[in-house]
Amino acid sequence: MKTSRVLWSVLSVLLLGSMLMAACAPAAAPTAAPADTAAPAATSAPAATVAPAATTAPAATTAAKPAATGSFLDRAMAGEFKGTTVTATGPFVDQDAQKFAATMADFQAKTGITIQYQGSKEFEASIKAAMDAGNAPDVIDFPQPGLLASFAKQGKITDLSKQLDVAAVKANYNPYWIDQSMMPGKDGTPIMAGIWERVNGKGFVYYPKKAFDAAGYKVPTTFAELTTLEDQMVKDGSTPWCIGIESGAATGWVATDWIENIMLRTTTPENYDAWVAGKLPFSSPEVTNAAKIMASIWQNPKYVYGGTATIVKTSFGDSTLPMFDAKGPKCFMNMNGNFITSFFPATAKAGVDYGAFYFPPIDPKYGSPMEVAGDIWGATNTKPEVMAVMQYFTKAEHLKVWMQQGGAIAPQKDADLSWYGSDIDRVVGGAIVNAGTLRFDGSDAMPGAVGAGTFWKEMTSFVSGAEDLPTALKNIDASWPK
Amino acid sequence: MKSKFAGSLLVNGMLAVICLLWTIPTFGLLVSSFRDRIDVNTSGWWTIFPHQDWVSVQEVTPDASVNRDVPMTFKADSGTSVTAPFEQLQIGVEKDGYRFQWIGNRRVGYLEIQKYTWTSNTNFTLENYKQVLSSGNYTAALKDGTTETALGDNMTHAFLNSVAVAVPATVIPIALAAFAAYGFAWMKFPGRKMLFALVVGLLVIPLQIALIPILKDYVALHVNGTFLAVWLAHTGFGLPLATYLMFNYISELPRDILEAAFVDGASHFTIFTQLIVPLSVPALASFAIFQFLWVWNDYLVALIFIGASPTNQLITQRLAEIVGSRGQDWHLLTAGAFITMILPLAVFFGLQRYFVRGMMAGSVKG
Amino acid sequence: MSMNTPESSRKSLISSPVVRAVAALVPLAISLVILTWGFFFVRDLQLVKNTIPQLFIVVIAIIWGVGGVVLLFTTANFFVEQLPELWVHRLQPFIFIGPAILMLTWALVIPTIRTIISAFFDEASVGFVGMKNFVYVFTNPAMLTVFRNNLLWVIFGTTFTVSAGLIVAVLADRSRFEVAAKAMIFMPMAISFVGAGVIWNFVYAAKPVDAPQIGLLNSIVVGFGGQPQAWTAFFQPWNNFFLIVIVIWLQAGYSMVLFSAAIKGIPAEIMEAARVDGATELQVFFQIMIPQIMGTIIAVSTTVVIFTLKIFDVVWVMTGGQYDTSVISTEFYRQYFTYNNNGIGSAIAVVLFIAVIPVMVYNLRQFAQREVF
Repeated sequence: MKTSRVLWSVLSVLLLGSMLMAACAPAAAPTAAPADTAAPAATSAPAATVAPAATTAPAATTAAKPAATGSFLDRAMAGEFKGTTVTATGPFVDQDAQKFAATMADFQAKTGITIQYQGSKEFEASIKAAMDAGNAPDVIDFPQPGLLASFAKQGKITDLSKQLDVAAVKANYNPYWIDQSMMPGKDGTPIMAGIWERVNGKGFVYYPKKAFDAAGYKVPTTFAELTTLEDQMVKDGSTPWCIGIESGAATGWVATDWIENIMLRTTTPENYDAWVAGKLPFSSPEVTNAAKIMASIWQNPKYVYGGTATIVKTSFGDSTLPMFDAKGPKCFMNMNGNFITSFFPATAKAGVDYGAFYFPPIDPKYGSPMEVAGDIWGATNTKPEVMAVMQYFTKAEHLKVWMQQGGAIAPQKDADLSWYGSDIDRVVGGAIVNAGTLRFDGSDAMPGAVGAGTFWKEMTSFVSGAEDLPTALKNIDASWPK
Repeated sequence: MKSKFAGSLLVNGMLAVICLLWTIPTFGLLVSSFRDRIDVNTSGWWTIFPHQDWVSVQEVTPDASVNRDVPMTFKADSGTSVTAPFEQLQIGVEKDGYRFQWIGNRRVGYLEIQKYTWTSNTNFTLENYKQVLSSGNYTAALKDGTTETALGDNMTHAFLNSVAVAVPATVIPIALAAFAAYGFAWMKFPGRKMLFALVVGLLVIPLQIALIPILKDYVALHVNGTFLAVWLAHTGFGLPLATYLMFNYISELPRDILEAAFVDGASHFTIFTQLIVPLSVPALASFAIFQFLWVWNDYLVALIFIGASPTNQLITQRLAEIVGSRGQDWHLLTAGAFITMILPLAVFFGLQRYFVRGMMAGSVKG
Repeated sequence: MSMNTPESSRKSLISSPVVRAVAALVPLAISLVILTWGFFFVRDLQLVKNTIPQLFIVVIAIIWGVGGVVLLFTTANFFVEQLPELWVHRLQPFIFIGPAILMLTWALVIPTIRTIISAFFDEASVGFVGMKNFVYVFTNPAMLTVFRNNLLWVIFGTTFTVSAGLIVAVLADRSRFEVAAKAMIFMPMAISFVGAGVIWNFVYAAKPVDAPQIGLLNSIVVGFGGQPQAWTAFFQPWNNFFLIVIVIWLQAGYSMVLFSAAIKGIPAEIMEAARVDGATELQVFFQIMIPQIMGTIIAVSTTVVIFTLKIFDVVWVMTGGQYDTSVISTEFYRQYFTYNNNGIGSAIAVVLFIAVIPVMVYNLRQFAQREVF
């Protein structure tokens, strides 16, 4: 017994020794780059550290340059943060990631700040893992404000109102956007959790312009005219609507967009707000009525190409393709956000091959307030180069390239409408900046369990015929977190 | 003799039916990967085979002045003529072996005169593969302000990265698991039952719950973003199944050969390295394939532990970036899926020879 | 290999066990140093700007990973074998299972414990809420559908995956086309889940009745005059079966490979003897083959049950859990990641741990019957 004790202690001493030796090893190894791994820690220290890798004595570098004055963006443009890297993440990949890189190229060239963006298809999982492990990127693009709000509540998001010039930010946005970026912080008081970087307008009806005009159809300006147009199309042997709601794990959001657009046209904005806040139940007459109006189109097999079977199994992007069929349009109208155009065939030209009109008012009393959604960026720290990027997002200028390439609408007031690459985007952009009444995408603003959960789920069940409307609405109400 | 032949026919026949059923979906994918976007979305892949269908022989676009609300008359080049209202033409009117079919809208459509003949849809293209292999360029901004666009060879780079991740992430867990499996199967120690229950129980743990704690450790150790991080994670996630399957195999080995070895004075270590491991080659090879496939096709673990570093990205990450935001680009997905399949299939064929009978028959006898 | 045979080495070395043990510690310590140093070396190889050729990194990695494991086991064993006989018996098993258990503890056990704890806390893992999350999980009507679906998966997914793999393994074993046939069944395993999603969309796709079908199944249905159906969306709860088919297709290769390896392990003479005695092929199958590979059947069934219990990707890719097809794992993912709700997310995961208990108990019973040395 005694021998073994001795053995164990010897063993543990040796083990400890080997650990220590190993710990020293990387520093001694010529291939190791301690400066490299240490860099992030160094940059998080006071603002004035310039290029920490350049010299081993940080004190010396601070003396070289007097502390710059002006906003973060001014200092960045003056080259103060040259050589730093800002990491970014978000759900967009592929073409959008390339457009983002293109639109930020100018900033990177002028400031010398590198923006390292990594998008991911499993955005929710990767961002939560990174957040909880304390390894989150500097700036994060949230496609829905709900997730940002939950991180803000945990105190993981920087309060931008303490960093940026709030007056300047407010001056450049419709107040509605500022309201939508205020979220409760850790102690419950609202913080400015993010910056609306680019947005989109919803409720636009796209149609194949050539055939639409050739058939003599006119853009409807009222709901009654829309119904007349639908019936005319049916009489002419065509199907009016192209609808598809499949979207992987997010299947069903197209249906929620429809209901929200109809809600805004059939009741007051106040009721809409109450509904989004959970005060007006789904089973209320207002919401039920909106769902019924939607169903009157969706569940009419003559109105929808392929009927409900096609609706549930067709991805929202693919659902637009029959409009561009080589043998003429199989269906004539698709209602969606302005981002849908990037799912059209690459050869289709705006204004020639397709046009768009705004979904007409249903009840003249309520008009047609615009439903909007967008990408809000939050920051996880207060590094000056990070704040410079966030401040840059508040200027429409940063989006210029993307606007030209199409697919992004600027919410910033300093956006020049001439920057848009297509007339349709220009109309949407103008409407968003100037519109009096904006309302945020209801499902995006509801708690995740409803807005990204039961609202989608129950609507798909209703559309697929598995449930009747009252049951579906009652189930959504039951799922609202108490 | 006769019954043997019949038996072999029956065996091979059944096998052929099952194999056909299993292969048809993949074959459809292969065919689709060579078809262009429009074809993929508008006709079934099986239309590449000769089949009978109504094929357009003539198109007639009526003059704008023609009243389409009353019966219309159309005459084919062959002389056949048909008079029918729009509603009938839309369904199709058959006469003299021809079909008169109205295509599209009453006002902007046209009439197609069709004949029922043999046809096949053999419009193949390599465009999908070209696009997958060269598009989705990663544009990295350099510090001097210029941008650097890595072209198609980035895919090759990612391919090599995936190999660099998959090989150690396959070998390390198998080595650990083989030792542990032997320990559970043939050694006595306190807590043996409890620890084995633990291994079985851990099979059910979804790896998603482990991502955050592991990431925390990686951040502390500065290994996040390296292959090492992915190897260790895959080792941990693969170990329960590896240990369980290896245990199952090693414990089934005949007890008498081990007994004989102990009588000869061999230690556990000698028996393991010189007897058990050679005997377990089929099981080791089987599991190696599975683990390799899981690692190879994994996206989530790579995403979280490698993340943004463009130089260390794996092939699944690259593919996700190419087809990620537009899930309905089926024509690209088909090509992408096939590219990722090549190596796993090669590994399967490479290890195939370890599954043949007789590998162990001789040693068991000894 | 003197280190592996204690008898011989013992005589040649100094007789004091303590001295011998301490001396044997040296190689173990050296190997630990090498392993730890290698860890940082491999890490830093990658953290430096990537100028080092990938192939070099791969080779170093394999040498470190594989060589390190071998070195560790060999030197640790060498050390243990120098101890008195009693201690060899006590410690050696831990040399064998130790590394695996340590790795499992780090990667899975600790996260599991954390998950169990956070199941009793609120969505931000701050306030204690007692059983509230579990009450939600077991009373919410949507969750009850989830459990029903998982039951369907476990019962039908397991039965068909195991039997399909077994049938193919047995048939292929007697066919001249064994390699080709097995490769065909195995092929789906090589496909990623996203790829599988695409493949099966070409089977299940539904287009309007007047348009050409691009889904094989609907093309057949329409060919017989039927209406195209959205197989994975309509027909609840039968749509679950259309998803289960995909997993059977994907995983049959897995059970086939394991069964095949097991069948190869049956000594040929046993089966020959039975055939000489006049047994029919069916009798050989049920009375010789099945008992011989029973262990493998249990193992394969266990792993497939567990796999179907935690089925995630196929459902996620095909329906996203919509149309009443969601299962425990997709629901966990939604709550934990999409809604950022640690409490309910963890509670759902705990249901998985509970569900696996019967499987554990069954395996332990088999395990307890084993005789060891």
